[in-house]
Amino acid sequence: MGGKHYLPLTDQDRREMLAAIGVGSVEDLFSDIPAAVRLKNNLNLPPAMSESEVIGHLNNLASKNRHFQNSVSFLGAGIYDHFIPSIIKHVTGRSEFYTAYTPYQPEVSQGVLQAIFEYQTMICQLTGMDVSNASMYDGGTAVAEGAIMGCGATRRSKVIVSRSVNPYYRAVLRSYFHSRGLTLEEIPLKGGHTDRAALEKTLGDDVATVVLQQPNFFGLVEDMEGVADLIHGHKAVFVVSADPISLPLLQTPAEYGADIVVGEGQGLGVAVSFGGPVLGIIAARDKFVRQMPGRIAGETVDSEGNRGFVLTLQTREQHIRREKAASNICSNEALIALAASVYMAAMGPQGMREVAGQCLQKAAYAREKITALDGYATVFPGINFKEFAVTVPGDSAELNRKLIEKNILGGVDLAVFYPELKNTMLFAVTEKRTREEIDTLVRELEGWK
Amino acid sequence: MRKSKALLFEMSHAGRQGYSLPSCDVPEKPVDELLPRKLQRCEPLDLPELSEGEIIRHYTGLSTRNFGVDTGFYPLGSCTMKYNPKINEEAAVLPGFAYLHPCQPEETTQGALELLYNMEQDLIELTGMDRFTLQPAAGAHGELTGLMVIQAYHRQRGDYKRNKVLIPLSAHGTNPATVSMTGCEVIQVPGDERGLVDLKALKAVIDGTISALMLTNPSTLGLFEEEIEAIAKAVHEAGGLLYYDGANMNANMGYTRPGDMGFDVVHLNIHKTLSTPHGGGGPGGGPVGVKECLIPFLPVPLIDKKGEGFCFNYDLPESIGKVHSFYGNFGVIIKAYTYMRMMGAEGLKQASTDAVLNANYLMNLLKKTYHLPYDRTCKHEFVLSARREKKKGAGAGDIAKALLDRGFHPPTVYFPLIVEEALMIEPTETETKETLDAFAGAMEDIAKEINEDAEKVIHGPYHTVVGRLDEVRAARNPILRWNKEQQL
Repeated sequence: MGGKHYLPLTDQDRREMLAAIGVGSVEDLFSDIPAAVRLKNNLNLPPAMSESEVIGHLNNLASKNRHFQNSVSFLGAGIYDHFIPSIIKHVTGRSEFYTAYTPYQPEVSQGVLQAIFEYQTMICQLTGMDVSNASMYDGGTAVAEGAIMGCGATRRSKVIVSRSVNPYYRAVLRSYFHSRGLTLEEIPLKGGHTDRAALEKTLGDDVATVVLQQPNFFGLVEDMEGVADLIHGHKAVFVVSADPISLPLLQTPAEYGADIVVGEGQGLGVAVSFGGPVLGIIAARDKFVRQMPGRIAGETVDSEGNRGFVLTLQTREQHIRREKAASNICSNEALIALAASVYMAAMGPQGMREVAGQCLQKAAYAREKITALDGYATVFPGINFKEFAVTVPGDSAELNRKLIEKNILGGVDLAVFYPELKNTMLFAVTEKRTREEIDTLVRELEGWK
Repeated sequence: MRKSKALLFEMSHAGRQGYSLPSCDVPEKPVDELLPRKLQRCEPLDLPELSEGEIIRHYTGLSTRNFGVDTGFYPLGSCTMKYNPKINEEAAVLPGFAYLHPCQPEETTQGALELLYNMEQDLIELTGMDRFTLQPAAGAHGELTGLMVIQAYHRQRGDYKRNKVLIPLSAHGTNPATVSMTGCEVIQVPGDERGLVDLKALKAVIDGTISALMLTNPSTLGLFEEEIEAIAKAVHEAGGLLYYDGANMNANMGYTRPGDMGFDVVHLNIHKTLSTPHGGGGPGGGPVGVKECLIPFLPVPLIDKKGEGFCFNYDLPESIGKVHSFYGNFGVIIKAYTYMRMMGAEGLKQASTDAVLNANYLMNLLKKTYHLPYDRTCKHEFVLSARREKKKGAGAGDIAKALLDRGFHPPTVYFPLIVEEALMIEPTETETKETLDAFAGAMEDIAKEINEDAEKVIHGPYHTVVGRLDEVRAARNPILRWNKEQQL
């Protein structure tokens, strides 16, 4: 039998326990399951493996994948190959953290609660917002919940989202909205940016939320001047999906007047893991705290006056409010938020500015080199942070296949999301890319076709 | 000696550094040239400045102020706090999994797709469903996905009037909250004197506007819904569908399957039943399985076998779309997969057997001291009532704090709502008989203490790193972040 080392009861224990209960066999404990729904045979699952066999099997599966340790990645689209300080895994690997449940018993959960409180504080510092929750599932669900917060705050049901917002996030937003019977309208692109005139035209007093992204999906820094006034003029809520890695350098969403900041926090020291588990960020101005989904840690005192932390404002949440809750979220991404906290603490203001600065410089260098090549050109002129879109002289998928032969994971094929953008690729260049790696990419691109 | 612990921000010392980065090796341009001034941040970035050693001591200190399954017994009802095998953690961080980008071409992620495909097959067999999506990142996320699928199914049939979802009074809070998120209305179904769904009352509320019935089986009382066939029949006859909340699947493995009970949709909490750690609140995983007729509505992409390889299938025109940016909590799925492969069919069945045996054994010990409102064979958990103790001055919440002083994590308290002063206890299969005996001893001791000096109990705990925390104050005067100005 498999897993015996996780099951401590011996046959002797079982006999004694059955006797104490006063039944003859374990079968008697399952006699309340009607015969018609009882399994007649054993489950037909692959045979149990020992620990060394299972890790061999998994190693075999893992070795079939290309990954950042055997290939150089220029992939982005919301998930990035950023530097992960070693200290993070040593903190998240402490099993007092990772084997705990949600901190409902605060007196024995001060570790997680204080870490969440510190996380909330650092997310507020980064975004300029007043309050952050303890985490959402990912960037897509954070965008959807942020948009819904606007609906709750305004009691309106129409949301406007720019087509320059990450298409993966918009896909999640669509599912959430369709199911809830809310209306979603998209603002077209103009040169890769949100079409300001179209936004103005679409905005009306029936709009609850406007969702923009900064930097946008194409890596472009949009000019946010006047946007907040425009949105607030209609008493709508301004939600920005931001890349936390960009925030030490870019104007904060608070500075340009956003009400709610959402985003994908994977860049903050979290392994890419095929897209999950990652970290949904959601932070807001004070006045939206009642609409905020999920857990929030707050400061209080104990019976002796010592500072301590608890989960608070729980009347927003499902276990108290049931069908009237702000959201149904229960489990979140606590351990990933812990990782992000350790990242922010380790990098500090200086390290985070340096990461952002290197992203900016290296992406600019790569963009200049690539677009100088014959057959390659900038798709959207503008200011890029760490990603940029390029037209390539042929089929993007074919180019990527050729790059893989050289151990390069090329850019994301934009035609998948924007049918009008044929033969275009989105390259991401993080602080981890070296000049040599970028030059190799440029050489391979040059040699193609 | 009790003491609060300094925050990172209070330890900060200007000029200290906790990182090391290579210097920028491309020719640099002035920042203002690449990013115009007006797009740059003005607000200072007020993050802590600390060396690596200080940071690790800070978090190591915090970890000692936290209780996990690795610390001790954690009988939190409905949360299935079983032991989290260490090999799971190792599997999830293999470079071929941890450093895999979700947008890589399919041919470079065949090992990951194969794992996801295998996992789906294993879950299909475990639950008796026809297909799974692994996208939902938690149980509640699975509920939302499942209800979206059900709504899409009704709409596709032109059946727009189905906007009511039936939920037993004993259900988890996520159930009604999820229903609201799909724009539907919650209809409560009362229980009978046995603690089970009242079939007659259920039939009375069923009509042509019913979208689904959401049910946890065994229920949150730890009791198996013996009339599940009749319940399923009644819902199906009215055109509704059956949703299985998998929170309590740990009682059923190898004994019965939601698919065979008549459920059309099921979500599993892999961070409960399939041993992945809860991470202090997440990440979890909430895969959703459906019967054949609902496959067209599942989120995209599905993972299909194609020849010798595996591929994403986005060709589902009736799909509800996406519920997660990518493919769900892949890293968590790896852990659950590792667990299932190590346990095998026999091991999983033994896990459920021992979970039920441990629960009945402990229930039998505790009912001598505490009131057991539903005194019948339980499944993986049971619910006591501390109403007698409450009359003496100390209720379920106080008992929980007294357990902290005795080295145990308390059960779930004040839930389910249908039991007064509820103590919901789920020991799981990974605990020894000695631990259960010790816990029962502690519970008896607490009952005795309440008899003798309830006043002492309501002021506990006494031996934790902080005393009882003032939750009312936290909610009345919310301090949700550290603030420099406030400290000065």
